[in-house]
Amino acid sequence: MVQTTPLWEVFIRPRNGLSHKHVGSIHAADEVLALQAARDVYTRRGEGNSIWVVRSADIHASDPDQAAENFEPTADKIYRHPTFYEIPEEVGHM
Amino acid sequence: MAVWEALIELADDHLVLGHRVSEWCGHAPMLEEDLAMPNMALDMIGTSRTLYCRAGELEGKGRDEDAIAYLRNEREYRNCLLVERPNEDFAHTMLRQLYFAAFMKPFWDAALVSSDEVVRGVAGKAGKEMAYHIRHAGEWVIRLGDGTEESARRMREAVDALSIYVDELFDSSDAAQDAEAAGVLPKRSEMRAAFDKVIEDVFAEALLELPEVPFGQRGGRSGQHGEGLGHMLAEMQSLHRAHPGATW
Repeated sequence: MVQTTPLWEVFIRPRNGLSHKHVGSIHAADEVLALQAARDVYTRRGEGNSIWVVRSADIHASDPDQAAENFEPTADKIYRHPTFYEIPEEVGHM
Repeated sequence: MAVWEALIELADDHLVLGHRVSEWCGHAPMLEEDLAMPNMALDMIGTSRTLYCRAGELEGKGRDEDAIAYLRNEREYRNCLLVERPNEDFAHTMLRQLYFAAFMKPFWDAALVSSDEVVRGVAGKAGKEMAYHIRHAGEWVIRLGDGTEESARRMREAVDALSIYVDELFDSSDAAQDAEAAGVLPKRSEMRAAFDKVIEDVFAEALLELPEVPFGQRGGRSGQHGEGLGHMLAEMQSLHRAHPGATW
């Protein structure tokens, strides 16, 4: 089945104005069936109003072995966080 | 004949096909379809529930949806023959769904101006559901018809087996004619052009030949069913008959 029905990653946008979020993966023969399967598997409880599917094979991921060199150098750069600023109330949600 | 009897015919179509499709639950060839099938089944069972309730109200003898669904035997069921056909394989199941949805989509669209408030409400919801069923089943028919040698053979067998049940969809029983005259339901014969368009488009892509049906099978609307319906009802009704009034 793996040869005929490749794996797809599913992204759902819950509402207009929000971004698509990864929700899981499905098997499907092509993009049309992948969208249908994503609809049937991941939007059964009104989770969204837009679906993206991407072939899992087309996703390039960072190497877990490089996690230390990739991500740890930011740990001591706390000045990059916005917690040092007073946010005026008029700004509302940041 | 009364309008409520026409609503029962329509509800029976949806309950019987809904139950048939639900039989795939836990048995579909892949998880994705194992969820898709109950989704579709629940669409149809939901429609049948609303229509049974409305039919019971109009009949005025105090029958609720459970009494109508669970306490009639097969001769009292008025569904068309197509919907009771067994699941067989995916080719049969998807073609049966395509035939049914290709008929029901224009039917519900026309029922949006029904003189009955409940029918109008059902039409708005069910029309969208049937549009999706056409897409879901249609895409499978295309892929099986234009797939491997075996899938194409099975698809052709499904066409041979099921096409004789199509014409009955367009017949209006005496009850349906009364409902049509009262503006409650649209005329079934008027769905032909929209139905043919959907089927022709899908069959062309699926490399399937349009079947010639010299003699369509009929009888469901007068309670003359295939052997399979009795078995299906026996299973569907056994719990309610053993434990009358059981609820969750």
